[in-house]
Amino acid sequence: MSEWIEVVELTQIPVLGSRVIRTGEMDIAVFRGSDDRVYAIRDACPHKNGPLSQGIMHGDSVTCPLHNWKIDLTSGEALGPDEGCTNIFPVKVEGGMVLLQLSLSEEAA
Amino acid sequence: MKKKLVLVGNGMAGVRTLEELLKLEEAGDYEITVFGSEPHPNYNRIMLSPVLAGEKSVDDIVLNSREWYQENGIRLYSGERVVEINRVGRTVKTASGISVGYDRLLIATGSTPFIIPVPGSDLEGVIGFRDISDVETMLAATRNHAKAVVIGGGLLGLEAANGLMKRGMKVTVVHLMDRLMERQLDDPAATMLRQSLEAGGMKFLMEAQTAEILGTDRVTGVKFADGTQIDAGLVVMAVGIRPNIELAQRAGIYCERGILVNDTMQTYDPRIYAVGECVQHRNTCYGLVAPLFEQAKVCANHLAQLGYGRYEGSITSTKLKVTGIDLFSAGEFNQRDGDETLVLQDAAEGIYRKLVIRDNRIRGAVMYGDTMDGTWYFQLLRDGTDISGFRRTILFGQHDLGDAGHGDAGILSLPDSAEVCGCNGVCKGEVVDAIVKKGLFTLEEVRAHTKASSSCGSCTGLVEALLASTVGEGYTATPSKKSICACTKHSHDEVINAIREHGLKSMDAVRDLLAWKTPDGCAICRPALNYYLLANWPGEYQDDAQSRFINERAHGNIQKDGSYSVVPRMFGGLCTPDELRAIANVADKFKVPEIKVTGGQRIDMFGVKKEDLPAMWRDLNAAGLVSGHAYGKAMRTCKTCVGSEWCRFGTQDSTGLGVKLEQLTWGSWMPHKFKLAVSGCPRNCAEATIKDFGVVCVDSGYELHIGGNGGIKVRITDLLCKVATEEEVLEYCAAFTQLYREEAHYLERTAPWLERVGLNHIKQRLLEDEEGRRFLVERFRTSQHHAQIDPWRARAEGLEANEFTPIRLTQFSKVSVGAQS
Ligand code: SRM
Ligand SMILES: Cc1cc2nc3c(=O)[nH]c(=O)nc-3n(C[C@H](O)[C@H](O)[C@H](O)COP(=O)(O)OP(=O)(O)OC[C@H]3O[C@@H](n4cnc5c(N)ncnc54)[C@H](O)[C@@H]3O)c2cc1C
Ligand code: SF4
Ligand code: FES
Repeated sequence: MSEWIEVVELTQIPVLGSRVIRTGEMDIAVFRGSDDRVYAIRDACPHKNGPLSQGIMHGDSVTCPLHNWKIDLTSGEALGPDEGCTNIFPVKVEGGMVLLQLSLSEEAA
Repeated sequence: MKKKLVLVGNGMAGVRTLEELLKLEEAGDYEITVFGSEPHPNYNRIMLSPVLAGEKSVDDIVLNSREWYQENGIRLYSGERVVEINRVGRTVKTASGISVGYDRLLIATGSTPFIIPVPGSDLEGVIGFRDISDVETMLAATRNHAKAVVIGGGLLGLEAANGLMKRGMKVTVVHLMDRLMERQLDDPAATMLRQSLEAGGMKFLMEAQTAEILGTDRVTGVKFADGTQIDAGLVVMAVGIRPNIELAQRAGIYCERGILVNDTMQTYDPRIYAVGECVQHRNTCYGLVAPLFEQAKVCANHLAQLGYGRYEGSITSTKLKVTGIDLFSAGEFNQRDGDETLVLQDAAEGIYRKLVIRDNRIRGAVMYGDTMDGTWYFQLLRDGTDISGFRRTILFGQHDLGDAGHGDAGILSLPDSAEVCGCNGVCKGEVVDAIVKKGLFTLEEVRAHTKASSSCGSCTGLVEALLASTVGEGYTATPSKKSICACTKHSHDEVINAIREHGLKSMDAVRDLLAWKTPDGCAICRPALNYYLLANWPGEYQDDAQSRFINERAHGNIQKDGSYSVVPRMFGGLCTPDELRAIANVADKFKVPEIKVTGGQRIDMFGVKKEDLPAMWRDLNAAGLVSGHAYGKAMRTCKTCVGSEWCRFGTQDSTGLGVKLEQLTWGSWMPHKFKLAVSGCPRNCAEATIKDFGVVCVDSGYELHIGGNGGIKVRITDLLCKVATEEEVLEYCAAFTQLYREEAHYLERTAPWLERVGLNHIKQRLLEDEEGRRFLVERFRTSQHHAQIDPWRARAEGLEANEFTPIRLTQFSKVSVGAQS
């Protein structure tokens, strides 16, 4: 079963920036758009695993810092002529808190 | 309800306009119908010459197949000639009686070959060279007839003659003038061209005026004004084209030589647009595709009601598509009063180059033999670049400027496996493949699809050469006025001026005033705007971390595994045992996997975890070490040599001066990286003559050198001046630095900036205008007052802690990626 987990206050994420959520398994980047919409994406570029959290965000996409692929934060897909996809996670804001939905380790197996 | 858009003319300019329109969101507002009198889908007319010569097939040159029209919901009527435009009822009607209404009409009817009205010109076997059916007629003639005459020794005529010869005919080219391609070539180039065509078997009859075409049903020969005559089973007239304006004229649309359009490609009837060879814009009719494609882009912009595109005319260049002959011509090649010419002629090698120069700017270029640098000269011509800095070597081409490894002329003869783009590992074959299969025309498109030339850009010339040779001159050369990125139509200079003139102090203000197309910009324009604002309003503008590339946000270089490097500043390369101990200690404490002495005379610690950075910086700070900005578009290092303190040749204290220069300039944000060096004597151990600002000490003082760099394209500095004292060195350095900070485009290093604005301009601002120089120094000092704050200290003390602190959810040891929505 999946559940919503409180991860960080919205104000603790810079506008048009991100925070890294470190889980045991992988890093997840949570981005905040200029309209305060949030996005959660696996912090690994489909190209060569570049840390997307470190890229420049614009609109609802982010440019990877290593080789400039553009990744759509709503789908995890590479934009333009590049091809590839990374995982995205359900995320929402409630009462100023960012909630992330993850599968718990027991069910994950 | 959708509006109706009708295109008359299914050719290169018209369909290109539709393609441009479809790229825009607003295209969805139209229901599109296309009429073309040819029975084919849209094809690349330029490539008819290689088809005639048997180097390509008709299928190879189709640009948009019928499926393309279907996929985009476009109704295509091929083989349907439009015979009437009813402007009151807003309908068009075809010869077979089909009638369609329009809200917007686009006329792109191209042009028709001019047929000289001599007796017999209507005989069978007398044709122009314009479309697939002409090529079919010629190919049929090659089977039954042995001799052909081509009237016209211009581009089209020579390509026709070459094709017919390749197909086994004996061909004579008849030309009215005494030299071939007289509108593109000067005498020497035309002579070389003629000689090599003759060597291939082509015959020429120069200064011959056609009087009559002989024959009863079909052509049998041509007779000239002087009475001589020659046999021919085929006559191709290639003496010029006439804009095809008949349809427009009959509909009462104002025409002169062509259909008159304004800068938005609109005719006198505001519902009717026109593009291509049929139009006359600012008194010019074009006959090459590059300008037509520019028109197409502007026209699409207005059809989509975006309303800001402007077509302001084009400078064109020509290349002859005859295999084995390399010929290039652009701009004015006839010398006028006040012009200078530079000529390189090597008859044995078959090479000829002429540049016509005025005020140190190229006005025209003619090249024969090796045309590899044609695209480069053309770019310089259109940009109006001041060439005084490299005038002495300009004739030898771009690679003579030091384009390491690249620029070797032979790209076209290289195998497909040859690497074109060293950064992205893209081979020639891949580039050519993408151009052909995906129908690419511009450098931008090739960059997007193959990544070639999208990184360091040093292979741009090669990619352009491949484009030019693959799609003919039809490729759209990079426009001379480049916008910063796709978010805006404005160039760097326009943005800089707007910021100053309107006193814009935030990115939103810039984007609002200049009608940015995206709300937050993109990864290209945001860092540029952030820099311009920072440089213009020191102390006032609040730096935006999210608009900086990660290296500048994290104050370290991001590595391929996501870790960072730490490079403390060592002023002038000097260091103390305590500083070295501090470095050793942090390296131990934070388990730095590798330490290296850099090319910039300091120490680099690699592989540091981002979250460790602030603590590591705190330790280094404690020993007096500050950030070296090795990661920034900023002042980097000042390299020095030992100088007069120890060296037996040293003339001045180069180390001491280097320290002072670094103390003066450190912390400054720049359009690009900026490096300094001071050498103690002309042996130049500190490599000062490949730095942005370099000092070479001599017995009588200091030589100041500017605009050099190592890197991809090594550039040796230009000598700015010689001064006598250290104070002057510091003053000129500050003034030069500030001038660069104020004038260069973001990501333009001093070398390309200097080449763009010209050494004279810089000398004038720094040497002749003493008061101006002092103001520059003052502005630099003000800016430095706000910039010389060690970013490491600030962050070690807690600034932007979020940037360096991950949020740990370690209780979830296994997060399933199945949670994807
Ligand atoms: C560390 C160092 C190599 C070394 O081990 O010596 C280095 C490392 C990098 N250089 Fe360099 N350059 C280093 C000295 C040089 C030098 C030599 C010098 O400064 O005397 C040059 C040629 C001189 C020059 O700049 O004119 C040099 C020319 C470049 C260039 C080409 C610049 C150009 O204008 O063409 C780039 C690419 C760029 O900046 O866009 C580059 C870019 C890079 C980057 C930042 C690539 C990147 O964007 O990630 C490298 C970072 C590696 C990393 O992971 O940390 N590096 N680089 C040197 C650091 C010097 C320092 O102390 O700050
Ligand atoms: C053999 C050859 C080689 C060339 N080589 C080069 C080169 O190397 N570089 C270069 O830049 N340019 C070259 N050109 C020129 C280039 O092809 C033209 O500039 C370009 O095709 C013009 O585009 P357009 O759309 O204006 O006209 P076109 O491409 O001619 O399209 C006009 C179309 O409209 C159709 N049409 C006309 N009237 C009607 C009507 N009433 N109803 C319906 N349809 C109609 C025509 O049949 C035609 O298909 C070459 C041209 C030729 C012929
Ligand atoms: S350090 Fe410089 S030369 Fe070496 S690989 Fe990196 S960018 Fe290339
Ligand atoms: S790793 Fe992201 S673009 Fe290469």
